[in-house]
This record gives sequence, structure tokens and C-alpha cells, in this order.
Amino acid sequence: MSEALRSIIIILSVIGGVMTIAAGLIWVERRLLALWQDRYGPNRVGAFGLLQVLADMIKVLTKEDWIPPFADKSVFFLTPAIIAITTLLTFAVIPFTSTILVADLNIGVLFFLAMSSLGVYSVTLAGWASASKYSLLGGLRAAAQMISYEVFMGLSLMGAVMLAGSFDLRVIVEAQRGLWYVVPQFAGFVIFFIAGVAETHRLPFDLPEAESELVAGYHSEYSGMKFGMFFVGEYIGITLISALITVLFFGGWLGPVLPPVVWFLIKTFFFIGFFILLRAALPRPRYDQLMALGWKVLLPVSLLNLAVTGGIMLAGR
Amino acid sequence: MLSVLKAIWAVLLHMFRPRVTVQYPEERPHIPPRWRGRIILSRDPDGEERCVACYLCAVACPVDCIALQATEDGHGRRYPEFFRINFSRCIFCGFCEEACPTYAIQLTTDFEMGEYVRQNLVYEKEHLLISGTGKYPGYNFYRVAGLSVKGKDKGQAENEEPPVDLKSLLPGRMESEQ
Ligand code: SF4
Ligand code: SF4
Repeated sequence: MSEALRSIIIILSVIGGVMTIAAGLIWVERRLLALWQDRYGPNRVGAFGLLQVLADMIKVLTKEDWIPPFADKSVFFLTPAIIAITTLLTFAVIPFTSTILVADLNIGVLFFLAMSSLGVYSVTLAGWASASKYSLLGGLRAAAQMISYEVFMGLSLMGAVMLAGSFDLRVIVEAQRGLWYVVPQFAGFVIFFIAGVAETHRLPFDLPEAESELVAGYHSEYSGMKFGMFFVGEYIGITLISALITVLFFGGWLGPVLPPVVWFLIKTFFFIGFFILLRAALPRPRYDQLMALGWKVLLPVSLLNLAVTGGIMLAGR
Repeated sequence: MLSVLKAIWAVLLHMFRPRVTVQYPEERPHIPPRWRGRIILSRDPDGEERCVACYLCAVACPVDCIALQATEDGHGRRYPEFFRINFSRCIFCGFCEEACPTYAIQLTTDFEMGEYVRQNLVYEKEHLLISGTGKYPGYNFYRVAGLSVKGKDKGQAENEEPPVDLKSLLPGRMESEQ
């Protein structure tokens, strides 16, 4: 099999797999939330309600796709695509196993950070282009929240990067053969996880959406498949952050007996489940609380983590 | 911070709790007997329409969804020529039942009234009128209790019936009467 064909197959299966997972998460999330709220969730359409995914898809595709007359049309049109594309692109550098990966980029971590910075534009511009006050407020919050949490999201990863001595995600996984980085980098893991929740603006950090205050925040004016794209982008985001936690702190595909890709999926789905559990369990903080937590707690802790890691590494030389 | 972790743990444990959902079409929910559902018009024990077309229900209805037209039969007894309830507007408040002086209009425990065509939610008299007496088996509006005079209480003379208990609608009475 030629190298090019192999790459194409991997690319297609990664896109297909990620999109399937993102769509399936609609059902998974609703069932899991129901599980933790003493309900059943969608269990009528098909076996276990699995065809709910299909029903939701048909619904969102056939809804009227309305662009408000006061909106900034071209920007309004583009923004839903940005979030979906940037999150999907990041999957190019995720090593599912040592051989299944699209691009073995030696700056994979940086690529992820760059793409997630680009993703901020989607939400912020969506709020701006909608030209409605709720959307704008949502967009403003998104800009502040995501940019400030990005700062120490990057910093929290650096511990793992320092230990592995590389920005290459595959090398980082290989370096965890002896010990998963969650042990030496526990603070880094916690901070990355919190920042990841904020970055995907999931509950409890869904302040850009905040349906109890802002209607639906930045996507109030969106309908039909444009809204669907935000939705899909959010689910891809969850999958992405879970996959990255797996890769950076939980030894990626490493594990006994089972094939590597299965280990990767098990770990990733564990964190996806945890994302949903957070949504079920925690209320949304106030906006200033969110900012205070970010700048006054998480940033100093991640800097400290970085300094201590560096110090120990220097001492161990 | 600890409280956050505790909250997550508590929610996680809900996984093992029994479900509260009633799986409706297969599993029937408990419907209390005083449920305010589909409205009916009842007949008295002699099989005559109880409704005397007094319009009180239509007046009491907060959403104006009752329409009727009074007319008289050969004996001068009033009855509704038509009686129409628009269930797409009815809020099942039960005011009509409370307003009715003859126990004619009653709310029942039936709530499965879904229709594909909205017009089908407009019920005419033929849909509303039932053959029985509904919740009040013995009651007949036209029975006369009479007046109490010296040596005779209400309803004790010939052709008189004992007076109706006006408080029979109050909670806790129905069981004791049956
Ligand atoms: S239940 Fe209330 S809303 Fe319905 S017909 Fe009677 S009075 Fe009107
Ligand atoms: S149903 Fe009762 S309140 Fe309504 S018109 Fe008939 S007698 Fe009067």
C-alpha cells in the first residue's frame, strides 16, 4: 500500500470517526445527564433511543436557516464553520496510536494552542455579527473568558512538554511509558482540564451561552444547520480536549492487553463522560468569579507548577 | 473546592437511584379522581339533560371557550340548543363545573385528547353529552325540597325530596357520601 493511500485512509477515517463521535455525543450526553438526574433520557427512537441522533440530525437540517436582516451577513455566515474547522484540524496532530496519526508534527502542542486561539474568533465574531445585544454580550464574555483561560492552558501544558523534552505529541506519549504524567504533573492536569472546560465553553463555564441570562448567548440568532455547526463544534471540542488529556497526561494509547487504539478510546470516553458529569453537577459561576478564579488562582498555580517542575528537573540533572 | 468535588460525587451516585420517570404509554400514571380533564355534560337520574342553559359556565369561563344557545322544549323546560366547548382554548380550570347550578357540566379524568386537526378539538353537544349522571349519581335539579313550615321540615311532605347537601363539593365529602 502506497504511503499516500494510507494517509488518505487515515485522514478519512479520522474525520469520519470524529464526526460520528460528535454526533453520537448528542445522544450520549442526553442519556448520561438523564442517568445522573434519575431519568431515562431519549429511549424511544430505535434501540436505546440511538436513532435519536438521526432524528435530531434530520430536524436540524430541515429547520429554517434564517439570517436576521440586521446581521453582518458574511461574517454571520462564516463563523459557525470556523469553530468546526479549527477543532477538526487539531485532530490532525492527535496520535491515536503510534502509527495512526494524520500529521506527525514536531510542534503538535503549539498547533493545538494556535487552533484553539483561532476558535475564539468563531464565538466572538458570531456574537458581534448577530448585532443583537444578547449575542454581543455572549461574544464579549467569550472573548474575555477564552483568551484569559488560554494563557494558562498553554502554561499548564508546558510541564508535560518539559518532562518529555518535545512539543511532539507522539514523543510525549512515548515518554510516559514508565509513568503517566498525571502523577508528576497533577497540578498541570487539573488546570488543563479546567481550562479545557472553559475553552470549550461547556457548563459550568458556559457563560458565553448562559441561557438563563442571555437567551442563548452568542448563538441566539442562529438557527438550522448554522446553529448545528456550533453544536457539532462544541462536541468536537469536548472530544478534542478529552483526547488531549489522554495524550498529555494519561499515556495516550499505552496500556496492557487491549489494542492501543482501544485504550485510547477508553481513556478519551472516560473524560468525555467526566465533562458531562460536570455539566450535571455544577452550577455556573458568576462572570467575575470566573475571571478571579482564572487570573488569581489558576494562573499563579500554573506558573508555580512550571517553576517547581523546572527546578526539580534542574536539580535532577 | 471540596464542596465542588462533593457535589460531583453526589451527582455521580445518582446513577444507582431508581428512576422517577413514568414510562407513559406503557406505564399508566396515577390520576387522582378529582383530576380536571375532558369536560362532559351529564344527565339526571331520569335520563334528561341536566343543563338548563343558564349560561353561568360560559360567563365563568376565563378563556371564553364555552358557547351555547338556550331554547325550551314543549313543557317549557330550558335546554341548550347547541353546546360547544373549544378545547384548544380550555385551560381545564374547572370554573365551569363550580359555576354550574345543576351539576350538568363536569370535568373527568380523561386527558388523552390529542388531535391532528385543530378543528377536531371543538366539541359539540353530541360529543359532550353522556348517557349517565357522572360524579353525582342521585342528583336531580328538578326535585323539589319545599319549604320548612311549622311541623314539617324541608322535603318531608308528599312529592318532596330531602334537600341537596350544598357542601357536597367540598373536599372530603364525596367519600363519606358514597
Ligand atoms: S375548565 Fe375552565 S377554561 Fe375549560 S371550559 Fe371550564 S371554565 Fe372554561
Ligand atoms: S352547563 Fe350548567 S352552568 Fe352551563 S349552561 Fe348548563 S346548567 Fe348552566
